[in-house]
Amino acid sequence: MTTEAITTRGANRHDRKQQAHEHKSPSSSKRTFDRKPVNTPGDKAVGALSHTALVIWSLIVILPLLWTLMTSFKTTKEIFASPFSLPASWNFNNYVSAWTQEGIGNYFLNTVIVVGFALVIVMVLGAMCAYVLARYKFFGSRAIYYLMLAGLTFPVFLAIVPLFFVLRNIGLLNTLPGLILTYVAFALPFTVFFLYSFFKGLPDEIAEAAAIDGAGEWRTFFQVMLPMAKPGMASVAIFNFLGLWNQFLLPVALNTNKSNYVLSQGMASFASSAGYAVDFGALFAAVVITIVPVLVAYVIFQRQLQGSVSQGTMK
Amino acid sequence: MTAAGADPGAAIAATLGPSGGRKAAGGRRRKLTFDYVSFMVVFLGLPLAIFLIFVIWPFLQAVFYSLTDWSGFTPDMNLIGVENYIRLLNDDIFMKALGNNVLLAIVVPLVTIVLALALATLVTVGGPSHGPIRGLRNSSFYRVVSFFPYVIPAIVIGILWSQIYNPAGLLNGLLGLIGLDMFDSFAWLGDERTAMGATIFVIVWSFVGFYMVLFVAAIKGVPAETYEAARIDGAGRMRTALSITIPLIRDNIQTAYIYLGIMALDAFVYMQALNPGGGPNNSTLVMSQQLFRTAFNKGEFGQASAMGVVLAIVTLIFAAIVFTVNRVTGGREEKGRS
Repeated sequence: MTTEAITTRGANRHDRKQQAHEHKSPSSSKRTFDRKPVNTPGDKAVGALSHTALVIWSLIVILPLLWTLMTSFKTTKEIFASPFSLPASWNFNNYVSAWTQEGIGNYFLNTVIVVGFALVIVMVLGAMCAYVLARYKFFGSRAIYYLMLAGLTFPVFLAIVPLFFVLRNIGLLNTLPGLILTYVAFALPFTVFFLYSFFKGLPDEIAEAAAIDGAGEWRTFFQVMLPMAKPGMASVAIFNFLGLWNQFLLPVALNTNKSNYVLSQGMASFASSAGYAVDFGALFAAVVITIVPVLVAYVIFQRQLQGSVSQGTMK
Repeated sequence: MTAAGADPGAAIAATLGPSGGRKAAGGRRRKLTFDYVSFMVVFLGLPLAIFLIFVIWPFLQAVFYSLTDWSGFTPDMNLIGVENYIRLLNDDIFMKALGNNVLLAIVVPLVTIVLALALATLVTVGGPSHGPIRGLRNSSFYRVVSFFPYVIPAIVIGILWSQIYNPAGLLNGLLGLIGLDMFDSFAWLGDERTAMGATIFVIVWSFVGFYMVLFVAAIKGVPAETYEAARIDGAGRMRTALSITIPLIRDNIQTAYIYLGIMALDAFVYMQALNPGGGPNNSTLVMSQQLFRTAFNKGEFGQASAMGVVLAIVTLIFAAIVFTVNRVTGGREEKGRS
């Protein structure tokens, strides 16, 4: 892990140098020893074609989103009149009715509660479990590791029916705490796996030094090892956040009380329930309300997020 | 696949397996002090208990229920052996759903990976054929934009596209603009010929950007010297992509294939958003939808559990096929880096 991280960083530095080189190129072309040749016509053609391909794909991604944004200001009547017409008046009526009448505000709040608690709990429990599995030898640790692997591999659908009855039997069906516990349980294997390799890579000497200095097991973990695992924790937290925020099957099956709905299932019921009588303007507004916070967070954190993606593959 | 439903990292971690890293520090004997015991109980016991109760135990129960005729809310439950499975084999609708899942598991990963790989190649090594190996200018813009769909909840993507495919939606409007009037108020999701294709496009749309970023990272891990050597030997762009890039990042491609396949074998969210009823003539029905309906609408929990077991078996077979194909075609020898 560590060596890979270094090579990645090295590659990035290499990149930056290249960019710097590109910026300088007009002036550096005066130097006689600069071997950088002019771009051939073939290169230019390929470059143009490549840009065209990438621009087309970017448009395919962006246009639907922009269209959704524009449509979210139109009335249902305007929406059916023409897909392109601009809204007659730009106001937030659709947003207000989506947030209040359609209950999106309530779903949003539920989602924040459920995802917030589940994320904190799974990060703490996952880090503790991964730490013990990675750094302590005891009977059965391999078995636990493979059990976690099974939890990652088998589809949630296999568990969904019995899970319904497990929750019903302990009285947590259709409650937010029940949903939080299930989220934690199903996000745990991924968290443990990712952090397992992270804790394995931390040097032993530091834990030993902490032990010699008289720190107990608890203190070693919380004050020494956990802070060192921060980069790994951040990556996993981002993935878990997205996964839990988008979770659909678990709430749909296990959380059928409308006042407890989370955003994803609330959106689904909004889109399908009213059928023909749907307030389409409000539906589009609801879509925008769901997308915007995550998209804004993504644009702010996109460096870290793309870094996490690469980290996941490089290891 | 996990609670982190749209979570490829899971698949990534899964294929990593236990790393052969350095030995854990716990080799020496520890005294069973209160500190140590309480530490182990809380650190290992608590997460493990939650995991066992809410994940492993339901898995095991599902296998047992699949052998019964249990309807869920009555205490009587008879062991009926493999009858549920036999009924599934003779159930045309379920077999149709299975077929659709297999189709998805073949087409979705293939299209997504080819597209993502092509875009990633353009971004990383698509630059001029002279001078240092580099990608196109401003390529990070494309990378950021392509990644957008990954952060949008899948259900919202489905809703959004069902509005675009709507007879009065964006797609028909655009086609009308370029003069293809025969598509006027054509229901893309309501026609048996186009429903599956339109659905596959939505799934591909939502994943290409993520895999593009993943492949960009992988390609950046290939030393520039390798590309320079290929260029000196006279390899063109196509040849470089096929003979250098793909062999060197094949493990990443395998990971992507497995994850996308597992996602396609589930596909519940997308299908539920685009065609909750299974589409015209069940043309987009998938096993997960049928399972959900059998369990929570019909209350046939034994039968639904059998479907879950079938889904799990198909998933395992799929993963095994991908691993085998990668091994047979020489995945391990050609690896240029660890």
